[in-house]
Amino acid sequence: MARHHVTATVNGDAVEFLCETHQTLLEVLRDELRLTGTKEGCGTGDCGACTVTLDGRMVCSCLVLGVEAEGKAIQTIEGMAVGRDLHPLQQKFLEHAALQCGICTPGILVAARSLLERNPDPTASEVRYWLAGNLCRCTGYHKIVEAVLDAARELRGN
Amino acid sequence: MSDMLYEAPGTLRAALALLSGANGKARVMAGGTDLLIQMRSGRIEPELLVDIKHIPDLRAIALKRGGFQFGSAVTCMELIEHEAFARAWPGVIDGVKLIGSIQVKGRATVGGNVCNASPAADSVPALIAAGALARIVGPDGKRDVPVEDIPTGPGKTSLASGEIVVSFILPKRLPRSGDAYLRFIPRTEMDIAVVGAGVNLTLDRRGFCTLARVSLGAVAERALLVSEAAAALVGTKVDDAALRQLAAAASAACRPIDDKRGTKEFRFKVAGVLARRAAEIALQRAGRKN
Repeated sequence: MARHHVTATVNGDAVEFLCETHQTLLEVLRDELRLTGTKEGCGTGDCGACTVTLDGRMVCSCLVLGVEAEGKAIQTIEGMAVGRDLHPLQQKFLEHAALQCGICTPGILVAARSLLERNPDPTASEVRYWLAGNLCRCTGYHKIVEAVLDAARELRGN
Repeated sequence: MSDMLYEAPGTLRAALALLSGANGKARVMAGGTDLLIQMRSGRIEPELLVDIKHIPDLRAIALKRGGFQFGSAVTCMELIEHEAFARAWPGVIDGVKLIGSIQVKGRATVGGNVCNASPAADSVPALIAAGALARIVGPDGKRDVPVEDIPTGPGKTSLASGEIVVSFILPKRLPRSGDAYLRFIPRTEMDIAVVGAGVNLTLDRRGFCTLARVSLGAVAERALLVSEAAAALVGTKVDDAALRQLAAAASAACRPIDDKRGTKEFRFKVAGVLARRAAEIALQRAGRKN
């Protein structure tokens, strides 16, 4: 049996886990580390529901093996709020009703935060292109784009 | 599948030794964005994965003797963000930018895009137009092969067992050169090319085209280098008559299939239209200072 012992950080906390070669980072997060905020949509990298960041780059965790996470820094939706204080993106998603069923929301929030870290003042079109790998079958995207732009305004302090 | 082994060697020598010891049951893994899906669907069942991302030379982008080289495990996002590379080869970047979402591009590599050998791979026609060579290392040593000679058909390459594509070597960029890649999809993002066209050209001081390369994707079992289409541009000022000849030659070179993405007839037509539009963008880029 090929069991791998992996050490990494998740949302700043040191973690270690055992996994088999075929287990994806998504499976490890959900089934081994019990961080079920990251969702599985398609399992083939098409929908973005499983988006996390790996050493600062957003990736589909269904397309990364758990064993590839050795030594990496992973950020998931669980690391977004500080205690009971929601991140401005989370708050704006609530205010703008930018979600319905909510399955795509963790991935979209992680992706949107990644965008705003690189570009604090994106246009609506830039938001749409950045989020093109995150599918939402409920909202029609308009409210999501509005919420991201509003969060960006708040994070810029105006 | 639970017995599958994983190794992440830190040197090319160690990677080659792992592959040669695996009797063809190993797969090279770069970004893994195609490989993981193929394993999950049961299409492939490797006994060993050799992850090449920990080999430093395979992660490097460098200017060598005036030309760019980049490792086969460089991610699409790393290449897109490399400003000097993107300035020299905007057409290659056009293709790389179209590979999946930002999430996918954060993992996916050009090496993987070439070796996965999809006829619709977006970086491949752009690299062929650029005149890129792939450096291949294997048990019998090293060889440099034009990118157009690597994919041989859907999912098939000319690589021998135990060989790895380690880098891509682009020619020295001449002044007044430009390249471009366009694809047709029925939406704006996140789709697979119905037709793709890459054009790379160089002009002389008077604006006459001295060198051209044209490549088409998704119109045959592999991406095609279309020398007849390139010949339509050389010696001209890339005027309307030359562009019409280019489009006709591009259409004539197609040997497409009918599938759910497009009919044969549509692909013949669109190959000409896209080759012409890509040539117009390449021409405009060649006119910029670079």
